[in-house]
Amino acid sequence: MQRIAAEQQVKLPPLDDDLSLHETGFDSLGFAILVARLEDDLGIDPFTISEDASFPLTIGDFIRAYENVPA
Amino acid sequence: MSPREIFALRDYLSPDLKGRTISDARQAVSLTHILEETCLVGRPGQLAGRSVLLAVSDQLIAGIAMTEIDGVAKRMLLCPPDLNAEHINALIEDAEIDAVVTDQPARWSASEVYLVVAARAPVRAGAKAKTGRATEWLMLTSGTSGVPKIVGHSLEALTGAIVADGPARGAPPVWATFYDIRRYGGLQIFLRAIIGGGSMVLSEPGESISDHVARLQASGVTHISGTPSHWRKLLMSGSAAGFSPRYVRLSGEIADQAVLDGLSRAFPEASIGHAYASTEAGVGFAVNDGLEGFPASMIGGSRDGVEMKVEDGSLRIRSTRTAHAYVGQNAAALTDGDGFVDSGDIVELRGERYYFVGRRGGIINIGGLKVHPEEIEAVINRHAEVRMSRARSRRSPITGSIVVADVILADGCDLARSDDIRKEILADCRAELASHKVPAMIKFVSSLDITAAGKLARHDA
Repeated sequence: MQRIAAEQQVKLPPLDDDLSLHETGFDSLGFAILVARLEDDLGIDPFTISEDASFPLTIGDFIRAYENVPA
Repeated sequence: MSPREIFALRDYLSPDLKGRTISDARQAVSLTHILEETCLVGRPGQLAGRSVLLAVSDQLIAGIAMTEIDGVAKRMLLCPPDLNAEHINALIEDAEIDAVVTDQPARWSASEVYLVVAARAPVRAGAKAKTGRATEWLMLTSGTSGVPKIVGHSLEALTGAIVADGPARGAPPVWATFYDIRRYGGLQIFLRAIIGGGSMVLSEPGESISDHVARLQASGVTHISGTPSHWRKLLMSGSAAGFSPRYVRLSGEIADQAVLDGLSRAFPEASIGHAYASTEAGVGFAVNDGLEGFPASMIGGSRDGVEMKVEDGSLRIRSTRTAHAYVGQNAAALTDGDGFVDSGDIVELRGERYYFVGRRGGIINIGGLKVHPEEIEAVINRHAEVRMSRARSRRSPITGSIVVADVILADGCDLARSDDIRKEILADCRAELASHKVPAMIKFVSSLDITAAGKLARHDA
């Protein structure tokens, strides 16, 4: 996220699980990039795989979406 | 018009011109006495008035066969080497083919085509075929999926730009092209060699770029043509040193400033021009001032019989060099009511010059906004350490799609610098492009696919 923030010229606040994604300063493009990079690194995209994936609200939700992907 | 006045390719193959050849990597055939030879098995004149499918796998024999069939057959359909075999029956039907010229006659033994004529390396002929009619030249469009369209030309239309340019100064040119001569861009070069009294050095499938360049040098090539993708590939190969053509020509894709500058550095002695042509619109014009785009003064009015206008953003051309029709039962109209061919190439006026932005059909959709991948690539390619790039859309669960750029770095570039280069490219893109056109991701790759027609492969376009 730090790297994308630098590329997108966004100033990131300190990150923790409860921080809402809105407060990160990332716009939808920033998240689109993050999801695409994670898909390249991990081979998974939880938001496309799961039909009922609710859009995460916090950093914690976002990380859990990846943790909950069936292996 | 009496048959005597019909102009055919054989009229340019005078035995008075010594030392002319057509060659590939395996053989060289003299053009000086080619009129006394034939590559067609059987009696001369058997193709008279027929609609001929030229399905010869060997490019050199196909070229010689063209010179024999022109002026004899009613029409001649050129099959490019990458033609999908599944499309052949539809093409035979649409072009009303009743004869096939092939170097693989066994393949056609079960076909319903009336006459199968075998082609092989030329041998001395007894009797000669004579010009009896103006043959219609049929070519296939490239780049479309499904059955390609058949485009009808006359030899006069195909050679309009060559005749207008006049003969090359100095010694007869030795032409070469990276294209296959059964595609429009390659055929133009073959015709330039034949009509200009010069020689022709053909491309060879599967040949490495360094072997190819060594062969071009050994054959004394003076004039050479290819797409910007072909040229970038040559510049990347490091094989350009020692090769010094007099004339370097680009066509078939947008020639951006980076590739023009790269070529003028690699070939300081050469004049470098980019030509605008398509199978349908014919040769529109050539630009020789070393700059991308073309002067706005070329729009409107008429130069060498070519009129151009811009409508709905795209370049439209009316001239005697355009194709005359699409051929086939359900063929669409090729021109509008006023005789203009819509090239589908989108141009943009900036100052006193028009710039090519991309293809109308090649737009990628980014979150509902339309983006031409070529305009992004043009900005990326300007970076000194970039040799070539491709912008494409990538599906995204968040925004629908994002712009991704695949980038090939120039040779000798330090990979440890890739993070810095990425930042610099993004800064360039931000400075020059609307925000939705700035690539979300930049990937460094070692190669990009080029289609059989020499263009950058675009899978999502």
